[in-house]
Amino acid sequence: MGRQVQFLSRLALGAARDLGPLLIVVTLFQLVVLREPVPDLVGTLIGVALVMLGLILFVRGLDMGLFPLGESMAHAFARKGSLKALLLFAFALGFAASVAEPTLLAVAREAAHTAAMGGVIADTERARIAYALALRLTVAVAVGVALIFGVFRILKAWRTHYVLAAGYVGVIPLVAVAPADVVGIAFDCGGVTTSTITVPLVAALGVGLATAIRGRNPVLDGFGLIGFACLSPIVFVLLFGIILHGV
Amino acid sequence: MDILLHVARTGGSVALNVAPILAVLLFFQLVVLRRRLANPRRILTGFAYVLVGLTLFLVGLEKALFPIGRLMAAQLTGADVVGMAADAASVPWWAFGWVYAFGAAVGFAAAVAEPTLIAVSLKAEEVSGGAIRARSLRMMAAAGVGAGVAFGTLRIVTGLPLGYVLPILCVVVAFQALTAPRLMVALAFDTGAVGTSTVTIPVVAALGLGLAAAVPGRDPVVDGFGLIAFAVLFTIMAMLAYAWGAAHLAYRRKPPVTGTGR
Repeated sequence: MGRQVQFLSRLALGAARDLGPLLIVVTLFQLVVLREPVPDLVGTLIGVALVMLGLILFVRGLDMGLFPLGESMAHAFARKGSLKALLLFAFALGFAASVAEPTLLAVAREAAHTAAMGGVIADTERARIAYALALRLTVAVAVGVALIFGVFRILKAWRTHYVLAAGYVGVIPLVAVAPADVVGIAFDCGGVTTSTITVPLVAALGVGLATAIRGRNPVLDGFGLIGFACLSPIVFVLLFGIILHGV
Repeated sequence: MDILLHVARTGGSVALNVAPILAVLLFFQLVVLRRRLANPRRILTGFAYVLVGLTLFLVGLEKALFPIGRLMAAQLTGADVVGMAADAASVPWWAFGWVYAFGAAVGFAAAVAEPTLIAVSLKAEEVSGGAIRARSLRMMAAAGVGAGVAFGTLRIVTGLPLGYVLPILCVVVAFQALTAPRLMVALAFDTGAVGTSTVTIPVVAALGLGLAAAVPGRDPVVDGFGLIAFAVLFTIMAMLAYAWGAAHLAYRRKPPVTGTGR
């Protein structure tokens, strides 16, 4: 019983550390700069409490089930020696983790809302849901492809910094031809999808692989996968925009 | 009643969204690897926690985090804060000082406490043989996130097209990737991606959209996004700049410590 309480209070502390800095900054600005009454303060506080409770349960659940399973599997696939199975697993892991990512879900919904308001898509519930889903699936495919590519890179020992530099220069022509309203969301998606669920699973895959292959340094070769997972959605969402609206 | 309906609906969509990752893991575990689950009961309980937790988080996000971002954008661009009428034909960019200050503060504060960033900084200190200091690197990265959000809001206010600004930042980042110490490059790009965490992203996204709606002449569809991208790119730039500087200082003191990674 005592251990349970201690454990829960540690989780609550973790959630408070996530939310704390944000709340402190917002409160300071409200008190010092704005000095205006906050509309619907009670509703906001209830929402903050829900966010905190949700984070506690959600992180606890990931630590109990998905993360240990994902990590042990990443190590197992890295040792198994079947390239086909490894690449398939990498793609499926990246794709499914992005689909589950809560921040991507929320931001895609907001993007659909903005597109509907601005007349880019029809302003119906259905068009919005379809747009948000298409955007998320595009990002999910992008992360899956990034992981396939990243696994290849670790196996072939390509230099990470050349690949990343080439990637960031390579998106520039796409920016030039893509419609203006998709550029911002494309660059945002990379940062949005590399979040709570994707990062630990992807990092486990990278470190597992780099540990299992002889001659690879887990510290040097294990990193970089998340960087690819952040870059690749830019390319795919820009292409998505180009295909959707035409050039 | 309304909120219960909303929670139920969110819960349904969460279950649909989390099902694939569970299905993928179970399929590869049972069918491809042919291993039994070590502790199926624990995994199921964990899954239930994830469902309930995510549902509450998303409901709270809609009720609190998005509204906070929107509210701050609306209030900080209000006539009394900016110091002139909001419908004035053109408001100079420096009138929005509090917006940039808020962006910088939110970005820095959220990143500096981020557990991933702390772990990465310690690892970097270890692999660089002490040439890179964990604390300084963490401060630089957090400053990068803050600067990113601040410059991102400045861009929304000035209306510089993202189509010009982002390619320039990409070139800078690519150049740094080629010149910074090898062993820091992958680390910096990974950190850039995780510097904006689950709680920060919704607030920053809503801040950008709210700002694009509030500043005269901006269109949320074109200008509302990009803040998170700025945060990512500036974090990478700040970390690589610090690593470059630290490596050069260390090289002057005792040549062979850093340099190439392999």
